[in-house]
Amino acid sequence: MIADSQTPLKVSIAATAASLVLVLVVFELIRSRRLRERYALLWLLTGLVLVVLSAWRGGLNTIAAWLGVRGYPPAVLFAVGLLFVILVLLHYSTVISRLSDQNVILAQRLALLEAKLRDD
Amino acid sequence: MSAEELRRIAVVPAYNEERNIARVVAELKEHDPGLVIVVVSDGSYDRTGEVARAAGAKVLQLPFNLGIGGAVQTGFRYAWENGYDLAVRCDGDGQHIPAELPKVVAPVVAGDADIAIGSRFVADGGYRSSATRRLGIRLLALVVSAIARQRVTDATSGFQALNRRALELFAADYPHDYPEVEGMVMTIKHRLRLVEVPVEMREREHGRSSITALRSIYYMVKVLTALFVGLFRRRVVPLETSRRFDGGSQGAEAPALPAPERRSA
Repeated sequence: MIADSQTPLKVSIAATAASLVLVLVVFELIRSRRLRERYALLWLLTGLVLVVLSAWRGGLNTIAAWLGVRGYPPAVLFAVGLLFVILVLLHYSTVISRLSDQNVILAQRLALLEAKLRDD
Repeated sequence: MSAEELRRIAVVPAYNEERNIARVVAELKEHDPGLVIVVVSDGSYDRTGEVARAAGAKVLQLPFNLGIGGAVQTGFRYAWENGYDLAVRCDGDGQHIPAELPKVVAPVVAGDADIAIGSRFVADGGYRSSATRRLGIRLLALVVSAIARQRVTDATSGFQALNRRALELFAADYPHDYPEVEGMVMTIKHRLRLVEVPVEMREREHGRSSITALRSIYYMVKVLTALFVGLFRRRVVPLETSRRFDGGSQGAEAPALPAPERRSA
């Protein structure tokens, strides 16, 4: 059995920096009111989890060993990142479905209202 | 000025409250016959709207559920656009006691406050609820007190009285989802005068509160995030120096939404 490999320092630094940028961008979008808290929480969680996993090399190595990732621990970062992206996309799919339902209701109500106004 | 000379309105948000709403409307009417009552039915699928109308309230029926913030703001916009001088918000689930209204209204009528909020905790009002819930409410009160640099004891109370200045602010900009906490901070940052008055509240009689365990967690995370991010927003300009729309008599224009705040230079 090969020994568990370690996360290279450079990879850790680069990944931490990238995750921090994500958190900062999300933060700025909320601050400037272009992103509502309600839709930002999942992004913030994604960013924070990635920051922690990227910066804490010991943790990433341990988790990689648990998951049976022997060769290259940072692969776990990809997996976690992908998982969260899928979660965010799923969340947005539900949001879009709700919005389109509401849009239909609004259009119908508007048509009924217009008809009522014309009749009077 | 006495309260009778003011045009006054009660905004009552209600979501599937057909069993509580008639009593709330009746008690409000009994308390003050000159009060116009607007029930905002927030996408209710029971008979809330019909029952409220039968009880003598004006009903704004939202076509789908907007959440408490969107519902209350609908009522505030109605109040603002129709030139009301004084608005009270009183929830449709019956936990706010209309007989307690004079206490909440008094500081606003006297001109001592732009918004007065009924607090369960200023004095021992005998309010009982679960320990975790009380802890959460206390924690939020502490956070708001620190941010707003004004001591508040109950940051989650929806039992409020507002004058036109406060209505103007909230008609234009009101937090979504769970608005009370952020609304309090907004009020103080806009340098409106906010006071708390002790009131009693009662447990709801029918149905369940819309706040479940999972939602409480979402609620705390969302509100704390919003408050934290709010710390980094540019200071708001006091309303009197940035009047966005005129005094608002009958038929005044809808309050323009404030331009989204962009990156400050």
